[in-house]
Amino acid sequence: MFFMAGLTLASPTAEPPPLGSAGRALYVSPARETWWRFRRHRLAVLGLAILILMMLAVALGPLVWRVPINDIDFNAQLSGPTWAHPLGTDDLGQDVLARMLYGGRISLAVGLAAMLVAVVVGTIVGALAGMSRGAIDTALMWLTDLFLSLPQLPLLLLLIYLFRDPLKQLVGPELGVFLLIVVVIGGFRWMQVARLVRAQFLSLREKEFVEAARALGATKWRQVVRHILPNSLGPVIVAGTVDVAAAIIAESTLSFLGLGFPPDIPTWGRILYDAKDYLDIAPHWALVAGAAIFLAVLSINFVGDGLRDALDPRKVM
Amino acid sequence: MSRYLLRRLLIAVPSLLGISLVLYTVLALAPGDPFGELATNPNVPPEVAAALRTKFGLDDPVWLRYLHWLVAMLHGDWGFSFVSRVDVDQLIWQRLPVTLFVIGASQVLALSIALPVGVISATRPYSVFDQIANTLAFIGFSLPTFFTGILFILVFSITLHWLPFVFRADLAESGWRWYWEEFRQAAMPVAVLGLFQGASWTRYVRSAVLDVIRLDYVTTARAKGISEFAVVTKHVVRNALIPVVTLVALQMPAVFGGAIVTEQIFRIPGIGALLISSILANDTPVVMAVTFVFACLVILFNLIADVLYGWLDPRIAYR
Repeated sequence: MFFMAGLTLASPTAEPPPLGSAGRALYVSPARETWWRFRRHRLAVLGLAILILMMLAVALGPLVWRVPINDIDFNAQLSGPTWAHPLGTDDLGQDVLARMLYGGRISLAVGLAAMLVAVVVGTIVGALAGMSRGAIDTALMWLTDLFLSLPQLPLLLLLIYLFRDPLKQLVGPELGVFLLIVVVIGGFRWMQVARLVRAQFLSLREKEFVEAARALGATKWRQVVRHILPNSLGPVIVAGTVDVAAAIIAESTLSFLGLGFPPDIPTWGRILYDAKDYLDIAPHWALVAGAAIFLAVLSINFVGDGLRDALDPRKVM
Repeated sequence: MSRYLLRRLLIAVPSLLGISLVLYTVLALAPGDPFGELATNPNVPPEVAAALRTKFGLDDPVWLRYLHWLVAMLHGDWGFSFVSRVDVDQLIWQRLPVTLFVIGASQVLALSIALPVGVISATRPYSVFDQIANTLAFIGFSLPTFFTGILFILVFSITLHWLPFVFRADLAESGWRWYWEEFRQAAMPVAVLGLFQGASWTRYVRSAVLDVIRLDYVTTARAKGISEFAVVTKHVVRNALIPVVTLVALQMPAVFGGAIVTEQIFRIPGIGALLISSILANDTPVVMAVTFVFACLVILFNLIADVLYGWLDPRIAYR
């Protein structure tokens, strides 16, 4: 089977439809079929499970583990894991577990929100470019290529450096930095989605079913929203998944460089930044934060890989 | 060849202009004033501040300031660092070689991992080797560079005491000792960057080779009795590298991002570290110039990718 993978143009339903009790083929919804195909990628399922666990932990954890994140205790500075502090404490004797749970909320929220920004912007740009021929298409693609060749991290740092203080005054420190980081990270990650969407649009808009819709008098808006867009979503979902991982890394990188969230908001990157000067006496502190980022990113990447297999109709499972 | 290069160079000019425009717009939109510190400093009389403002044209309209800035940059007049009281270009020239050395060495390392591993994985798809390589690659590019850096320091410097974790540009040793010390201190940063890049490139190489290896011309080459090694290296890899070069060129901004982080972890005195310290010290001219240098480097590497295209695929070149 694998040897033929490059040559065979398999039908999208390579898997036989399940039989009902009466032996008739049941209707299988696309979501259901995707799930079946996704399930065959064992590491992706494992990644999804870990991801769900992490989300539950950061969502519900602070309700169960009620130690405040800023409870300073100089008697328990930099202590290793104990019963009172399962993940140890930091240089001020603050409980690392509580800070990790709180920070995880922000790190994961930034990842998801930045992905949404990237996908929405990318889809709009890609759809506009794909539907309009000529000058608008050329201009938008030039813009996409320009953004692709921008040095992203230096610009991220520059933008945050320039706009952090005014936004803080405008909407408060936490929300201000959150919005800024989400918009800026998302604003540098939409290009891949835009290219994918445009490529999909270019081929889909010439397909018979779109032509049929056009012949029936569907407006351009209806053609796009009802017919073309839903069919081009597969690669976008995959790219979006990978974007979550990239956004989490970007946010951690910013915090790690000391230019992300302020010190009193312990995101995972920020915890790692604070911990890196105590590597020799309290390695657990840095390891916990780094491992959390790594595990989240790895799980998301595996889920993305599983989705890529599941959503690619040409792939024989 | 030279005409092809010239055309590519001419195409790079609008990109550079676009990037400089984006940079300048960001700066112009930003609230606050690069000379704000001068204005609030009580030691600077208001008339001096005003004279400085006119001298630097801060009260001109934005487009005029942009043009002035652009012309000055083109003349090599990159401004004056507020903090270290040196010309910015001097500062950058001092720092650039270290950055280029670390980036260059890490790319060589990444390539020497990604090419063989990716090709072997693709020639034996779904074998044990392929699955192990694939899993390691996933782990490799899911590990953020700052975490690998910290892990390396923890293992090789703190636990094993093998490698120094602070990079020094002024090594006291000379001769062979110097090369040895340089190797020791560069090993960790280069490995951190190189392994990260190598992991993602391995996947690119693997999928590109997989796309090519089942094509008819490869079968033909095998049927002619050419050895498998020659088929893979001469027929498959050369064609498979064409999409890989595109992806690698697209990754260049990420490579520089990784370099900034690595320089920060290992305290390498390169332009990435310069960027961070200038941002933290509000040293606007340096920040602008370093960002622009990074943009130029990205464009330069895209250019190199284009030249490589021409070499890999003779159908593209010399048009």
